Amino acid sequence: MMTRERIETRVLSIARVVWIAVVTVGCLVPLLYMLLLSVRPLQGVLADPLDLIPSLEELNLQSYREVVRRPEPGQRGYDLLSYFANSLFVAIGSVVLTIALSVLGAYAATRLRFPFKNVINTSFFAVYMFPGIVMAIPLFVLFSRLGLRGELPALIIIYLASTVPVAVYMLRNYFRSIPQSLEEAAMVDGCNRMQVVTKIVLPLAMPAIAATSLYVFMIAWNEYLFALLFLLESRENWTVSLALAQLDDISVSATVLMAGSVLLSLPVIALFFAAERLLVEGLTAGAEKG
Amino acid sequence: MAQRTRTPEVARAGAAHVRPRQTTQSVREARFGLALVSPTLLIVLLVVVFPFLWTIIMAFQRLRLVDLQNVFHITFTLSNFARVLGSDDLWEMVRTTLIYSVGGTFLSVGAGLLTALALQRAFPGRWLIRAIVLVPYVIPVVSAVLVWKTLLNPQFGPLNVFGTEVLGWDKPIAFLSERSHRFEILGVGIDVPVALLTVIAFEAWKTFPLAFLFILARLQSLPTDLDEAARVDGATPLQRFRYITLPQLSGVIALLVLLRFIWTFQNFNDVYLLTGGAAGTEVVAVQVYNYLIARNDVGSSAALGLLMSVVLMTAFAVYYRYGVLRQERAST
Repeated sequence: MMTRERIETRVLSIARVVWIAVVTVGCLVPLLYMLLLSVRPLQGVLADPLDLIPSLEELNLQSYREVVRRPEPGQRGYDLLSYFANSLFVAIGSVVLTIALSVLGAYAATRLRFPFKNVINTSFFAVYMFPGIVMAIPLFVLFSRLGLRGELPALIIIYLASTVPVAVYMLRNYFRSIPQSLEEAAMVDGCNRMQVVTKIVLPLAMPAIAATSLYVFMIAWNEYLFALLFLLESRENWTVSLALAQLDDISVSATVLMAGSVLLSLPVIALFFAAERLLVEGLTAGAEKG
Repeated sequence: MAQRTRTPEVARAGAAHVRPRQTTQSVREARFGLALVSPTLLIVLLVVVFPFLWTIIMAFQRLRLVDLQNVFHITFTLSNFARVLGSDDLWEMVRTTLIYSVGGTFLSVGAGLLTALALQRAFPGRWLIRAIVLVPYVIPVVSAVLVWKTLLNPQFGPLNVFGTEVLGWDKPIAFLSERSHRFEILGVGIDVPVALLTVIAFEAWKTFPLAFLFILARLQSLPTDLDEAARVDGATPLQRFRYITLPQLSGVIALLVLLRFIWTFQNFNDVYLLTGGAAGTEVVAVQVYNYLIARNDVGSSAALGLLMSVVLMTAFAVYYRYGVLRQERAST
């Protein structure tokens, strides 16, 4: 006779395998389907939508060609590559500014005593109390009045404000794990505070800075609402996300949209997989010292 | 600096001992600290606090996008609130938003919890599964929406083709544009809000990896001795989960529920991109956008946005209070 312990253990181990399978399929299938459609001609998809394993000779890069080439008389093209420069500018600009500000803020929060410290540190998180769409209204009006609405730096300032609290928080946790004795020794040797930050803290915090940069890059690269609100009327400044969403509105064929989605996702997925190891290393290094 | 004092008593004793030098140094430290946080503080004030205060003013102004010259012409009117609160679809919007945020939060945290439990113990290939699970969270929302739209397409989307050809559905389901679909289950017809359920499922799919990461990190830092002791005493796996593991996870789960509720409640991207707010999915964030862009009505948009913020802040305050009370009870 089976005990309750054995029945539960068996049922749970089956349920566990089933759930892992469901989750893996649920996360992987959309990605694979995106890839599949991007290299398959539309006629093949329409003829047999359930044929998920296409023949090799059917595959081609026609959809990619169509989504990146410039439109010319006689051939369709959506010029998607031209928007990559905008997205890169916004994302890298946000990363550089956010890291600069958050390194200073996190250092102050972990190492220095100053008036209103707790109030200031807590107030950074007030950012998340206010919905983005609500902040957008006055900023939309303000930037419209200033004539800056279609400009990319306006977008960078907004991404900076919306990522800097989490960046300070991530770096602060890491700075706590760096022993203070090193910095004190450097100050005894005649470094001033600013030199301590640039020469001691920055190099030691590189793994955490890389992880934080990745987070900021992803937020800025993937963002849609503010890009839509601010840039819609200045087409030459569109980000890739905005440009692709606009293609969906003018009923471009599904295969071309999937090729565009792959191109849009590629940078963040590549960065994510490249930096996963770095993330783990940064975390474990902190754990050993702490 | 070498012997940095930690307790107030020791600090006071030390300050009495070497007062003059300590003071100049602490003044210098305070100045440096304020200098370092001031850029961040300035940005937050400029982009968050000041716009919010301005939103409050705008909510009481008669202001349209076409005549922005009036921006600094402060008037006081309640007509914006009257328009927003008197609109015919107010209650439908409130209901849709609540179902969307509560349903999305529940599914997202629930799926995250199940996945964290399933992946808690090591097995070959676990790192790969973990990386795959994070994909929905990492990819841009526009890519995710486009692939969902394609998968659910009524003409050639694999789900509908599978449904009609293999499962024998009468006709394909327009998951993103059908307000309600009648399903016959055991001879009983049930109306299901298809589009709303689809945007909730999308939200859960896109965000459960975050809950998964948080809960997994907490699970892996739990001490194993309690669980071991319960096993020796004859507790079954479900009992051990219910009485040993779950209570230790309650803190992180409570935090995730709050965060996910706040973010889902104000979510604009997912619904706007998937359905445009049509077919019974018009949540409050989409309506704020529509007041601003489609109707050019800045005042009403600000009024609705303000009400939205008040709801969020109330939820936050109630939650904070409740959380504090619970901690006090635990400590006594």
